[in-house]
Amino acid sequence: MTTTDAGAGEAIPETTPAPAGKGPLVYRQSIFTRLTHWVWAISLFFLLLTGLQIFNAHPALYIGQESGFEYDNSILRIMPELVDGQPRGITTIFGHRFDTSGFLGMSGTEAQPQYRAFPAWMTIPSYQDLATGRIVHFFFGWVLVATLAIWLVSSLLNRHFVRDILPRGQDLRGLPADIGKHARFSFRHGRSYSPLQKLSYFIVLVILFPLIILTGLTMSPGINASAPWMLDLFGGRQTARTLHFIAMVGLVLFFVVHILMVLLAGPINELRSMVTGWYRTSPGTPREKGDR
Amino acid sequence: MSGLKLDRRRFLGLTGAGASSLALAGCDVFDPLLRPGAEVRSVLEKANDLTYRVQRALIGDETLAREFSESEIRQGQRPNGSTDPTSMEYMFLSRSDFVLYKLRVTGLVEQPLELSLEELRNMPARTQITRHDCVEGWSCIAKWTGVPLAFLLDQARVRPEARYAVFRCYDEMPGGLAGPQPYYGSIDLIDARHPQTILAYGLNDQTLPIANGAPLRLRVERQLGYKMNKYVHTIELVESFADIGRGKGGYWEDHGYDWYAGI
Repeated sequence: MTTTDAGAGEAIPETTPAPAGKGPLVYRQSIFTRLTHWVWAISLFFLLLTGLQIFNAHPALYIGQESGFEYDNSILRIMPELVDGQPRGITTIFGHRFDTSGFLGMSGTEAQPQYRAFPAWMTIPSYQDLATGRIVHFFFGWVLVATLAIWLVSSLLNRHFVRDILPRGQDLRGLPADIGKHARFSFRHGRSYSPLQKLSYFIVLVILFPLIILTGLTMSPGINASAPWMLDLFGGRQTARTLHFIAMVGLVLFFVVHILMVLLAGPINELRSMVTGWYRTSPGTPREKGDR
Repeated sequence: MSGLKLDRRRFLGLTGAGASSLALAGCDVFDPLLRPGAEVRSVLEKANDLTYRVQRALIGDETLAREFSESEIRQGQRPNGSTDPTSMEYMFLSRSDFVLYKLRVTGLVEQPLELSLEELRNMPARTQITRHDCVEGWSCIAKWTGVPLAFLLDQARVRPEARYAVFRCYDEMPGGLAGPQPYYGSIDLIDARHPQTILAYGLNDQTLPIANGAPLRLRVERQLGYKMNKYVHTIELVESFADIGRGKGGYWEDHGYDWYAGI
């Protein structure tokens, strides 16, 4: 497997100069990075939409070991309610009520309203079906875990993890300048990731993925028996369920920003690098061995 | 290609296109692939076999579910599913305080049993404060008292070819055109012999109420609530549940739910 060790390679004389106004094509993404990226993209799509299906079966989140029915330990509720004799979708967050009719708590059409937390277009299956949601969710849960293991081993071996993911001192020092560049939509396409990129991938791969997997497992009564420490770590099964949801929100936010950044940075070049591995750098990028 | 510059209008247009394709994707395109019997679904269902095998390998057969303290019982046990069976036999038994009730242990056993509630209450008892997890997502902590199933299985002397314990119940569930279906369920003999697997007749120091499964309900503390059958009248030891109901091992399993509910 070919990897380009960013910044460490020797400069070589330009034999085939890059087209005018363009930097060299660099081999940026290894086959493992590309494969795991797309498997995750598919898995997370199904995990999200079946997760919302599962949430709809009991559309409330709590803090603690159990769910309060005779007392209130909920922090989120998405339910239809009668308000002045009219059905409305009400979302309650930390005691603050919001009318979210048409989207959360009540959706569908006026003639055929559907009383459900997340609307049909956001769930798999589209109709209420907890059993099927669970079957699809756990299948892709296994895929996510297996892919993360493959990614971790390959990225440690080919140094992708240390080189591109693990933020170092210089990345943290470069963070303010990088935030400024992103705010001005000014992107320089180098060999390695910018500090903000490193940090966001680090948060997803090293914090959010393990968090969402572990909180998912903490909802398993089987795993609870063999690893009760996980209940203590997350503060109970219902808190784990809430954290699972919050980690999901974090991944959705990442997805939105990720797509925006791909569109802003040049979607064709970015997509090519994640399909073929080859990435067109900005003019002036020093050439290294293996570049085209 | 890296020179592809996006002005604001184009940027907003692309974002809008992305958002609407995401919205469309969540629609009903996957529904036909996932209906019971569909090939894709049967592949995805195999993940449950994997979960079952891995959990059985990872979790010791005797490893206990967490037990809680009295102070952690903060509410009554929330009833779910059937809460008031209406079959004539059940209503007759409940009206007379279940004095005529008999639990039958049958199937692949050397010594079939028929036990009254009185006899069950005089057997060794176990009390445990555990968390009940519904498949819907909620949890509720309560104190359960009952006779360990392992004790009954020892009395009945289970034959070596038996692999599952099937629980038959008084409550009936909707079964579509086939009419009401009697509720049933099954667990493997590892869970059946687990120290915390009891047939409970007491809840929070009271007699088990009808809403929670009187006179006798199953507790399988390392699985979800739908495996803990209420209103149990017969325990049958079997080698296979393929020819019971629709062959999936339980009422909910016949309706699409995974047989193993340790997750």
